[in-house]
Amino acid sequence: MIKVKTMAEAAAEGIDVEVLYFVGCAGSFDPRAQRITKAFAQLMDIANVSYAILGKEEMCTGDPARRAGNEFLFQMLANQNIQTMNNYGVKKIVTTCPHGFNMFKNEYPELGGTFEVLHHTQFLNMLIDDGKLKVDGDYYKDKKITYHDSCYLGRINGEYDAPRNLIHHLKADLVEMNRCKSNGLCCGAGGAQFFKEDEPGEKRINVERIEEALDTKAGIVASNCPFCITMLTDGIKAKDEQDNVVVLDVAELLIRSMGE
Amino acid sequence: MQQILFILLLGATGYIAYRQYSRIYNNIMMGKDYNVTGSSTERWKNVLLIALGQKKMFKNWIPAIFHLFIYVAFIFTQIELIEIIIDGIFGVHRFFAPILGGFYTLIINSIEILSLLALTATFVFLYRRNLLKVPRLVKSELNGWPKLDANLILLGEFLLVTGIFTMNGADKVLQAIDPGHYPDTGYLAVSSWLGPALFGGLEPESLMFLERTGWWLHILVVLGFILYLPKSKHLHIFLAFPNVYFSNLEPRGRMENMPEIMNEVKSMLGIEVETSSASSDEIPEFGAKDIFDLSWKNILNAYACTECGRCTAVCPANITGKKLSPRKVMMDIRDRAEEVGRNMLTGDMKYAKTQDSTGTITLNKGNYDDGKSLFDYISKEEINACTTCNACVEACPVLIDPLEPILKLRRYEILTESAGPAEWMPMFTALENNGAVWQVSTERDAWTSEM
Repeated sequence: MIKVKTMAEAAAEGIDVEVLYFVGCAGSFDPRAQRITKAFAQLMDIANVSYAILGKEEMCTGDPARRAGNEFLFQMLANQNIQTMNNYGVKKIVTTCPHGFNMFKNEYPELGGTFEVLHHTQFLNMLIDDGKLKVDGDYYKDKKITYHDSCYLGRINGEYDAPRNLIHHLKADLVEMNRCKSNGLCCGAGGAQFFKEDEPGEKRINVERIEEALDTKAGIVASNCPFCITMLTDGIKAKDEQDNVVVLDVAELLIRSMGE
Repeated sequence: MQQILFILLLGATGYIAYRQYSRIYNNIMMGKDYNVTGSSTERWKNVLLIALGQKKMFKNWIPAIFHLFIYVAFIFTQIELIEIIIDGIFGVHRFFAPILGGFYTLIINSIEILSLLALTATFVFLYRRNLLKVPRLVKSELNGWPKLDANLILLGEFLLVTGIFTMNGADKVLQAIDPGHYPDTGYLAVSSWLGPALFGGLEPESLMFLERTGWWLHILVVLGFILYLPKSKHLHIFLAFPNVYFSNLEPRGRMENMPEIMNEVKSMLGIEVETSSASSDEIPEFGAKDIFDLSWKNILNAYACTECGRCTAVCPANITGKKLSPRKVMMDIRDRAEEVGRNMLTGDMKYAKTQDSTGTITLNKGNYDDGKSLFDYISKEEINACTTCNACVEACPVLIDPLEPILKLRRYEILTESAGPAEWMPMFTALENNGAVWQVSTERDAWTSEM
């Protein structure tokens, strides 16, 4: 039983937490994404990280609102989050969602919210490098894993290595898709597409992407974004491959490799 | 006679070109201010590496190499063009040949070899467009003028090279007949054998006629090209440079902030606003509806676009058969800018929105209305299909950003028209009511109890 503290609780107890874990909407409410949240929280617990969440005080970062064109709603959400985080004197944020990561890194500073921001794949690398987290099991040794770059971590923020490094720590056999890194193909969820049906076309984007992943013959499709993971999982179902291929966040791979 | 004709042609071309290019400048400047941020060192570095050095072209080697042939040939031929202009004005022949000697031979040889490579590239490009039908080069937005435009330029390229070799080939033969008037150019890689092979044994009069034909063909294609560019996608040969220089240096993931909305929201939330902007009674329009609402950088992007379609080829929406094509968005912006610019030039007051109390009306960008907008070119279906994945931004060899105008159009759709995809409305409502993208009954931290 792990106790996840909120910033309010930590403040009441007079604990100065090192990092705020911003869980995000998907990680908080979506049952599939909650598993990623829990895996990451577990990893932080194993590494003895001093962290807390905002809990009920957390709001959507405003990414889907802003990308949909609803600047007003974005400003409402972002400014409230900034107020909350500044009140707690937050210095450092970690997210399990690249959309939140991008917002804090690139869009909140202009609004008065300046924080050090890490995506969980970057944070996990640091924990391993600092020796706080040990990944030495052979659970994924030589298993074929393909990795899907989320647009907001990869092409938009240039982080291609952190998640791949983690997969290398697992001694897995990383097979790249044709379109990877800066040429990676979107899963179809960004720009608030996740919340609407596709515009008329011949094919769904997630199906196009999963076909490429299936071409690698990897049994595991790894990613770093709860929305990508949902889209890719839907793609797997559309191709009726759910018995052969599994879509997992890198944090989930790590926790499984530890036999947790 | 030839001299007078040449000077007249040069003057006329200069005059028409000045008018055409000023018109384009004015069209670009119909856009809003654009804040050029970041270091100019980095901007010049981009010009050097990406515009001059074509770094991003080399993501795809085959077209990059052939494009490089034409590009380097084009730059080198400018040296010869200087000589042509001097010869044309002063009625001399190969002015640089005796002055530069061996160096002249080197330059002309470089031009000959590059022309040969450019000719190969021309055929390869004609093949790729018309026979191989590379998908991005045969998409529907290219039907009509854009396709013809691309082929016309390749034809022009062919004529130019033909001109060069006719001129040099005939000259080479004439050098042997009349060295007084035709100074020795030294051994030329192509013309020293092609000239005698094609034109050897012809009468000097025919040779002189051929030499002149080649010379005039060369300069006429060049002058024609200058006047043709403003109508063509090939304007990129000039505009790629300023376009790269002025490209956005801010992080890709940062959407342009809207301070007027930010400040309003901040004061609603009781947060002190640093700079209070004077409030006006006018109902504000947010986002972009027409050319005037885009930045001049967005319009410059559109004029710099050479319709290569690398953006569209990687667009996830386009790949999966949706209507959105980032290239089409850029082409539409240029077409609309052209339309508005044309209408403004007519001075016809039917395009003026209002007249003031004295009854005088002026036609300017603040007062323009032709009953149309960018939305007559770009449909909602197109802009609503964008996943903001930035693949188009990454793909463009000259750093055009098709995403920014798409997002500006979305802002207009949502903020000013209060329209948008119906499925977004429940998301907006949920965000408004409980700060989550879904209407949820559980608490945000419910998952912690399952740890």
